[in-house]
Amino acid sequence: MYRMRSWSVRNARWLKKLYAGFERVLLWLDPLFRRIGYKRLDAPFAAIEKVTKGFLLDSQNCGQCIVGFTGLSCPMNCPKKMRNGPCGGVSGDGRCEVDPEMTCVWVLAWEGNKQITNDDYPLQVVQPPVDHRLIGKSAWLREVRLKADELASDGHAV
Amino acid sequence: MQFDDEPLTPGDPLPIRPGHSSPGRLERVLRAGGFAVTAEISPPDSADPNEVYRRAALFDGYVDALNATDGSGAHCHMSSVGMCSLLTRRGHAMVMQVSARDRNRIAIQGDVLGAAAMGVYNILCLTGDSVEVGDHPEAKPVFDVDCMSMLEMIRIMRDESRFLSGRKLSYPPQVFLGAAANPFAPPLDYRPLRLAKKVAAGAQFVQTQYCFDIEVLRQYMSAVRDAGLHDEVFILAGVGPLASAKSAEWIRSNVPGVHIPDETIRRLSGAEKQNEEGVNICIDLINEIQEIEGIHGVHIMAFKQEHRVGEIVERSGILGDRQLWRPARHWEESAAGGDEVAGT
Repeated sequence: MYRMRSWSVRNARWLKKLYAGFERVLLWLDPLFRRIGYKRLDAPFAAIEKVTKGFLLDSQNCGQCIVGFTGLSCPMNCPKKMRNGPCGGVSGDGRCEVDPEMTCVWVLAWEGNKQITNDDYPLQVVQPPVDHRLIGKSAWLREVRLKADELASDGHAV
Repeated sequence: MQFDDEPLTPGDPLPIRPGHSSPGRLERVLRAGGFAVTAEISPPDSADPNEVYRRAALFDGYVDALNATDGSGAHCHMSSVGMCSLLTRRGHAMVMQVSARDRNRIAIQGDVLGAAAMGVYNILCLTGDSVEVGDHPEAKPVFDVDCMSMLEMIRIMRDESRFLSGRKLSYPPQVFLGAAANPFAPPLDYRPLRLAKKVAAGAQFVQTQYCFDIEVLRQYMSAVRDAGLHDEVFILAGVGPLASAKSAEWIRSNVPGVHIPDETIRRLSGAEKQNEEGVNICIDLINEIQEIEGIHGVHIMAFKQEHRVGEIVERSGILGDRQLWRPARHWEESAAGGDEVAGT
């Protein structure tokens, strides 16, 4: 929802904390998810994500969410799908050159990141191009599975 | 600028020195501390190669490299690959612009290999204008990569000799990588960081949007210097002549990202010959820009005023005592010489 975008960016700090807690719960449920099968869970999770993230962030469900790096501003709302910062066409008052009705998603990202941290690091991570196979899939489950795998491999190393 | 390892014809590739990425003269000049001059050549709406050669001849002896634009303003013209193919054959140094708007990663990587094989030594990575602003607003916008991931992709091809997929290249594209920068668009305090990110992704030179507001440029450059970026990337400031106060007003309100201060428009409207004053303003700006520490050259975008680029370069004195080679004249002379030989 467009109106919620700037609200979420202004409240990025505690929303991000809330998600971090939620992710811990999901991570704890990883063994259960594995038993049921991540593939089978993808559709229902993607549906929940679509509603919640759609409402709060106007998320476009790319399935490889990076809003943690972008001050909770969904970069897929950029008409040019820029995932690495603003283009040079942002108008003087911070509006999008293609859709002047909206504020540039990267102007929002810049504000949102300041809410979350004093560090520029999250915005400066060079994001790879979108994997088009993941569009519409659950980004939450993907993230949880990757983190669980990482934890497991770390465990082996020790 | 003469180097001690000059090839027989100045248009031929130079040996790649240690620490250099390309056999191109633009990189050589910049790394040798020269104040580089590049200019934009606008591609014709035509399949006639002679139109391309005629347009390129206007810049003969005035530029270190020519930028072949890639569907700029999302308007359809001859492709940048086509322009580069024609002009590299005649010894012109090219900066091939690649826009992410029209091609996906498969097409772009293929074009990069083709271009490098043809003798393109400089590639400028752009996201590109959105299709909505162009002459085919109903077209599919691709945007598979953005300028940042494109820089990284081509850097990987060059430095790791592989495609993004990991598949090996038997010979990597030896190109000097560039990007665009706009110091004048919000968020202004993020712009120097954006430059840092482009450098991290692989940018070795940047060409900026039109600089009319020197004060904003100075502030930007001061932040750039504080971050030490001016030692990591060559910055070419974008300049160009304004045709009239009316056209300046039009650009200001219709071309996204171009910032023209009121004072510039007042100076234009107060002039008897506005067109001449536009050139004077451009020359004054170049001379002011040249004084800013950390700026390594200018990029002249003289849309529909390409015939004035030579005058701008000469009158501003930016070349100093550098003598640039003239590929178009060289070609004409060798063609004429060839005819004589054939005639005798």
